[in-house]
Amino acid sequence: MNAPLIGVSVQRKEDYRFLTGAGQYTDDVTLPDQAYAAFVRSPHAHAAIKRISIEKAKTAPGVIGVYTGADLANAKLGSLPCGWLITDVNGQPMKEPPHPCLAQGKVRHVGDPVTVVVATTLEQARDAAEKVEVDYDVLPAVVDPVKARGTKENAGAPVLHDIAPDNICYVWALGDKAKVDEAFAKAAHVTKLDFVNNRLIPNAIEPRAANGSYSRANDAYTLYVASQNPHVERLLMTAFVMGLPEHKVRVIAPDVGGGFGSKIYLYAEDVVVTWAAKQLNRPVKWTADRSEAFLSDAHGRDHVTTAELALDKDGKFLAMRVKTTANLGAYLSTFASCIPTILYATLLAGQYKTPQIYCEVTAVFTNTTPVDAYRGAGRPEATYVVERLVETAARELKIDPAEIRRRNFVKEFPYQTPVALQYDTGNYGATLEAAQQLADVKGYAARKEESSKKGKLRGIGYAAYIEACGIAPSAVAGSLGARAGLFEAGEVRVHPTGSVTVFTGSHSHGQGHETTFAQVVADRLGIALEAVDIVHGDTSKILFGMGTYGSRSIAVGGTAIAKALDKIVAKGKKIAAHLMEAAEADIEYDRGVFKVAGTDKQKAFGEVAFAAYVPHNYPHDKLEPGLNENAFYDPANFTFPAGTYVCEVEVDRDTGQVSVERFTAVDDFGKIINPMIVEGQVHGGLVQGIGQALTEGCSYDAAGQLVTGSLMDYCLPRAGDVPSFKIDTRETPCTHNPLGVKGCGEAGAIGAPAAVMNAITDALGVKDLAMPATAQTVWRSLQKKAA
Amino acid sequence: MSVKVSMKVNGKPASAELEARTLLVTFIRENLRLTGTHVGCDTAQCGACTVLMNGRAIKSCSIVAMQAEGADIMTIEGVAKPDGTLHPMQQAFKENHGLQCGFCTPGMVMNALDFAKGHPNPTEKEVRESLEGNLCRCTGYHNIVKSIMAGARAMGGKI
Repeated sequence: MNAPLIGVSVQRKEDYRFLTGAGQYTDDVTLPDQAYAAFVRSPHAHAAIKRISIEKAKTAPGVIGVYTGADLANAKLGSLPCGWLITDVNGQPMKEPPHPCLAQGKVRHVGDPVTVVVATTLEQARDAAEKVEVDYDVLPAVVDPVKARGTKENAGAPVLHDIAPDNICYVWALGDKAKVDEAFAKAAHVTKLDFVNNRLIPNAIEPRAANGSYSRANDAYTLYVASQNPHVERLLMTAFVMGLPEHKVRVIAPDVGGGFGSKIYLYAEDVVVTWAAKQLNRPVKWTADRSEAFLSDAHGRDHVTTAELALDKDGKFLAMRVKTTANLGAYLSTFASCIPTILYATLLAGQYKTPQIYCEVTAVFTNTTPVDAYRGAGRPEATYVVERLVETAARELKIDPAEIRRRNFVKEFPYQTPVALQYDTGNYGATLEAAQQLADVKGYAARKEESSKKGKLRGIGYAAYIEACGIAPSAVAGSLGARAGLFEAGEVRVHPTGSVTVFTGSHSHGQGHETTFAQVVADRLGIALEAVDIVHGDTSKILFGMGTYGSRSIAVGGTAIAKALDKIVAKGKKIAAHLMEAAEADIEYDRGVFKVAGTDKQKAFGEVAFAAYVPHNYPHDKLEPGLNENAFYDPANFTFPAGTYVCEVEVDRDTGQVSVERFTAVDDFGKIINPMIVEGQVHGGLVQGIGQALTEGCSYDAAGQLVTGSLMDYCLPRAGDVPSFKIDTRETPCTHNPLGVKGCGEAGAIGAPAAVMNAITDALGVKDLAMPATAQTVWRSLQKKAA
Repeated sequence: MSVKVSMKVNGKPASAELEARTLLVTFIRENLRLTGTHVGCDTAQCGACTVLMNGRAIKSCSIVAMQAEGADIMTIEGVAKPDGTLHPMQQAFKENHGLQCGFCTPGMVMNALDFAKGHPNPTEKEVRESLEGNLCRCTGYHNIVKSIMAGARAMGGKI
């Protein structure tokens, strides 16, 4: 009999290895006879390749292979696929230009891989890569999505792909435009804002890495790769690019040093090292340096939007109209197409009963690094639109920003939004009220006065976000264009003496699944936490998996495990009934013990497990020996975490420097397994969100050179840039999974940017300000206002 | 040009013939196979490669190995007691959930050890300032700051 483990801040099982340097990240894996790859990348944003001369590189010391796009084409390696088909408003499929692993005739962004050099040492590979000569015919480039999209004004804009002569991948819309226009015509007030949701560069601290090897003896490949979803990586690589049978490819994503979306995708380098390993009959390792990471990891966000909110005279929302141009970069990354559509427009209802919403999205190719999901993925962009509009409307109508939200909150559940989603549960008033209390909003006026005495401006801003996690169900996603399932798999292996190994298709790269999932298993079986180990990240061990993204792991992966546990207990009951000569219907399972109801007869979990593997006294006529079960879980709906964030900033009038003085977050994640881990997820998300608002802004010059191409130019928040946080939770359990869980990984990054920008615009007394609100941007705004 | 380099790493003598341009971190990771010291940026910005050299926290991606000739180097693998018991600073990171993906963690711990020597009871502001050279993308620093404050108190000014 063991104590409950749900809702307990258990210390993490994985910490010992990380704290002692015993973690095994991809670059830590060095195989016998290891060779190293270096990629030659395009220095130009847009150019035709006239000639590639590899002779000098081939004869450089230590070089064992040099390959170009022509070699990959000869080997019939396919294009990197996109996993989501969006259908254009005119009914046509989106434009899917080829995305070769090494450039074929043309490069389309700085960093586009052109040639790979493999050598005995990394230094030799890098030295030899310098000797590859590529003659380029440089073409004009376009980096601004609004200037790239095919319109009369943009006639003559550079064209990236023949298949998309207007650089438009698709135009997509959601909602009833006529009804929205009608509501706007009758509105008492309209609030309108233009936004740029700034492009971000994910910057997981572990750079991407891949180490491919090939065994002639087994005719089989192994790829170690810094990935969030090794099974998806394998499926895409084998079925769509390399034409290999999956059972001949093992993908291992060992310890992974943060992902934030950027390690979901199948990247060119992963394919190239795997393919080259067979050509050379040697393992080939590539690890990005930070400069390569900046140029080649999928970026995030990059929307240009005009949004309007129609209200009646009492501040009730009548309709919302949103027009967005989304920058996809030079190629379609793995899930790029669904981010500014399915994961964006569907979230525009926020926490509110806005009856009519229309959103139109034009997705555009530009000569920039491909853009895909980055922590939040579409939902931060939607929240930014909604919460900046709502706060601005409140100011314009002179209604308290909390009050205008309260007047419009969805209060009855389930709630069908006008943008496809159905919220199952929530209590938005509760998180708002708790956030106001915890933030001491009542004391704000006094704090503003204090700031004023110091000569500083002070502002307060709210954001009441909603997110949709655990994208599902597969059938609905499929009808919307998903080319993959969105279930998760789990397997529970009970060993003969009653300890348990669990295999999950979710992948942990900081989230602490080895602890949280073990808590779920130990709690539900009523066994010791130490008796449970979680295995993830290896396609040869785990039956299948869709991986970790979109805050789905506990809701989808955790539920798959819970379903497998149910099967374990069900089989255990049959075995226990036989052992105790009782009817199966009379067996109860209570925290580690099978009991015959109404008697004192019982068998411990371990005894039943032992009987399953040493089946001397066993119902062989009815039951197979062994105690090992798996489950696939395909959710009935998304989960809908929500919460309210309150930010207070101080602004230095002379320098424009913004300081986040207080930040309060109250979230509703449904049931929480490990509060300590959940708090950590919130902290991390908040700082990424604050980073977007204050410090992080990807910048390209007009020629397409990445100006913010290093950590000295792209400002990740440092410890001194952010405060400690006040956080709390409220709980409305998810109604459609047995754990009642919703997910917490992205909330901070979704809610924080709007809260920070609402606070800064309040402090400055301006309607709008661009992110990131660097000292220069704020100072300019102050000067403009003074003038 | 190759050079012979000798130093002490985690109390044990270590030497090798290296190309002169070999970075200290490359020597530690590739020659000694001590892969707990990580490379996050190659430009001295992220601090994942931090080790102690003669007791001072340095970024091992930013010096060549021969600059450490004769030095006493401590990496994350040398921090816990020989019996595996965590050092008080490591323990503080565990208890305060001061790590998530673990990649920046060795550098955070090594930097914190140096800092805590001179700050047995640091303020939050001092700790945040001490982290100027170390980036974390997971934790938002909140729990790293708590960890270092607790670890420093537990250390009492001594590594």
